[in-house]
Amino acid sequence: MIAQNIAFGILAASSVLAAIRMVTTKNVVHAALYLVVVLGSVAANYILLAAEFVAVVQLLVYIGAIVVLFLFGVMLTRAKLGHEGELDNDQRGLAAVTALLILGILGYVLVDYFGDDKLPQLNRTHEQLNATRGTGAVGNAIFSTYLIPFEVVSVLLLAALVGAIVLARRD
Amino acid sequence: MSDFLQAYLTVAVFGGTAGLLIAGVLGLGRLIRPSRPNPDKLTTYESGVDPVGSGFSQSQVRYYIFALLFVLFDVEAVFIFPWAVGLETYSYFGLVEMGIFVFILVLGLVYAWRKGVLRWV
Repeated sequence: MIAQNIAFGILAASSVLAAIRMVTTKNVVHAALYLVVVLGSVAANYILLAAEFVAVVQLLVYIGAIVVLFLFGVMLTRAKLGHEGELDNDQRGLAAVTALLILGILGYVLVDYFGDDKLPQLNRTHEQLNATRGTGAVGNAIFSTYLIPFEVVSVLLLAALVGAIVLARRD
Repeated sequence: MSDFLQAYLTVAVFGGTAGLLIAGVLGLGRLIRPSRPNPDKLTTYESGVDPVGSGFSQSQVRYYIFALLFVLFDVEAVFIFPWAVGLETYSYFGLVEMGIFVFILVLGLVYAWRKGVLRWV
């Protein structure tokens, strides 16, 4: 348990530091790269929670696809790339209030709902963990309880795809 | 420490070793090499010609749509992994369900194709 706490401390510190650098850096491309560190630390935290599948999804979708999309989005902005750009504006106070509000609400909701939950019993063997929390368990849930939502997701993705194409191609 | 995290400790040790190795080699090089700073050494190598402009520049926007399509098919791939793990358990039922899932997304690919999004302009 001590090793877990140390690992969590390192990961939490690296994600918080990277997040701070992400919003303070003057370079939009560097901000996107700091986001990679934040998301990677979150993925490692999922591993500590024995949620292997979620961790891999985090790597695949967020770092693999969303950050790439962000970098392409950066190419579309008129913000100056490189160091000369002044990215700040005078809304720091408002932003701080919003951030504190979101922190408060999210913290309250998480503690209220999950406060009594215990962490997964990591002293069980890998097989036992896999049966209850692994990729196979996710598959079992998808192909039994969540079968209809799973098929609806494909329609949702189709709608997103068509929408993206319509928005991206104005013709 | 649990069996589960022990397995991931290997990953951490592997990553740490790689980092230390790089830091060690670069640090060793820094210690033993002569230091003669020169602004010319810091310029970007551009086929031997003097570089023009800054290293940061905005690339072609037309790649954007490919990144967008990649996100969606990446999410599709995420759903295929749990299916692949239990392939034999779900048998034909799983095959049909995944077939429907993939078919609906292939419709999107066909739409993109017909719209000419996949063509290189």
